[in-house]
Amino acid sequence: MKSFYGTQLPNSLMLGTAQYPSPAILEQAFRESGAGVATVSLRRESGAGQTFWQMIRELGVLILPNTAGCHTVKEAVTTAYMAREVFDTNWIKLELIGHTDSLQPDVFQLVEAARILTGDGFQVFPYTTDDLIVGERLLTAGCEVLMPWGAPIGSGRGLNNEYALRAMRAEFPDVPLVVDAGIGLPSHAAQAMELGYDAVLLNTAVARAGNPVAMARAMMLAIQAGQLAHQADPIEARDMAEPSTPVIGKAFLS
Amino acid sequence: MTVWSVIGAGVAGLAAASELVSRGAKVQIFDPSGPPGPHGCSWWAGGMLAPWCEFENAEEPVLRLGKAAFEWWSTRTRVEQRGTLVVANPRDLPDLRRFARRTGGYTEINQVEIANLEPDLTSFTKGLHFTDEAHLNPRQALRNLHRQLQDQGVVFHRKLAPTQLENAIDCRGLHAREVLHDLRGVKGEMLVIRCPDVTLTRPVRLLHPRMPLYIVPRGDGVYMLGATMIESEDSSRITARSMLELLSAAYALNPAFGEAEVLEIGVDLRPAFPDNLPRIRRLGHTIYANGLYRHGYLLAPALAQGVADLALDNKHSEMVDEDRA
Repeated sequence: MKSFYGTQLPNSLMLGTAQYPSPAILEQAFRESGAGVATVSLRRESGAGQTFWQMIRELGVLILPNTAGCHTVKEAVTTAYMAREVFDTNWIKLELIGHTDSLQPDVFQLVEAARILTGDGFQVFPYTTDDLIVGERLLTAGCEVLMPWGAPIGSGRGLNNEYALRAMRAEFPDVPLVVDAGIGLPSHAAQAMELGYDAVLLNTAVARAGNPVAMARAMMLAIQAGQLAHQADPIEARDMAEPSTPVIGKAFLS
Repeated sequence: MTVWSVIGAGVAGLAAASELVSRGAKVQIFDPSGPPGPHGCSWWAGGMLAPWCEFENAEEPVLRLGKAAFEWWSTRTRVEQRGTLVVANPRDLPDLRRFARRTGGYTEINQVEIANLEPDLTSFTKGLHFTDEAHLNPRQALRNLHRQLQDQGVVFHRKLAPTQLENAIDCRGLHAREVLHDLRGVKGEMLVIRCPDVTLTRPVRLLHPRMPLYIVPRGDGVYMLGATMIESEDSSRITARSMLELLSAAYALNPAFGEAEVLEIGVDLRPAFPDNLPRIRRLGHTIYANGLYRHGYLLAPALAQGVADLALDNKHSEMVDEDRA
């Protein structure tokens, strides 16, 4: 598995920490799934989420703070600095929302904020679209990871544009790629891994499931299955059947 | 005869005192802030007795224990049993289906039926009517308990409780966290508005991706609009974002809410344990009853009964998670 800014992830599930019925269920979801990275939002809690943040630290997993809810470069940069102080990490999931209804990233501001933050020692995980040129610009800005969306945040629609995600994988073969946002089902997560993605980041699909703990585990199993399948070199799809046993000598024309 | 000292005159303390007195115990109450008022977070509650709607994002005990709330409160304050109406904007209809799947005790209703229940809600095509749910006025309920307890001979001490109390029942909410280390505060923000142009007669919930948004009628055109749920322990003031979200919800229900007067802005912290369920703990001479979270009025009766069971009969209800008497 590729390293993320020199860090080897224990596995390929990055799990968000928002919207669970309770912190106890959040903790169980992490424990039962074994997710190796927790993303956590700073924006909504401002300076007073200490108790909650302490719970996240006690999960004992890698922490990826995010700038969820930020709409401008200035907000995102300020939030990143705060995150660095609170969690003592240079990692930052950079999220810059450009559109209220689709929560689509504003890729222009994203590149600008990424340039500022990498210049100051941050290790930026940018939440971006599946646009190749934006990806290129983010790498030029100093990012060493790309996190294209599968579908809009919280929509649960899966991989909206598989072709674009494939193209991105092909274009950036050595860059760690994470499908971030839009996952609704384990099959979506498996699909991302089958495409050769390095990790999947999700939150709503687990937190808002009827049984978040079971869904977290299902996601992890799917991610492992997809990853294994990718490594196993799957067969190509074809139009006609290919019999798995020889047919010559049998009365197949009768 | 043993005198039980209840510390804290919020909904937890008053309910515990009321339950103890109803079982024949002798009770006194300590609260340096005096009678119920804006200093306690139960002052700012919605007052919905909505076990089904709450169950959508809570664990099973909330539903089971919450069902007992209606009867308990009915003997102590006025409770309106007109059900809860749950609606969603057209783009959020998948959320309404999910809400229905996760709950029960409702009938699905269409636009005409919604209008029959609440003529001022005209823009929603589908809704869920939770027929058995109810609501009360929390401030009235606190005042009633306070007065009833006084009438029953309970002495209220407007001061801190002495430190070495025997038979104490600590219901101080978040103030008890120096003892209850796993207690945290969850920020909630609410508004009280007046809008005589709109008539709603039962709590209405508008599904929202991040918080349970609801409006509860208080009578005379006054409505309580709540409530955010933020993992923050800063209760100093409301944010512009929260206010926008609350008011947009009201506006989405009926644009006439745009003309409402904003009467009050409430911000406080709900005391909660990690699973967001209430707990009873006996440590030495003190029984701690805490962690009602967003279910103050829904679960206070069950908590009070659990306290009385432990205090008077040494019976351990499911809420007791530690007993080191």
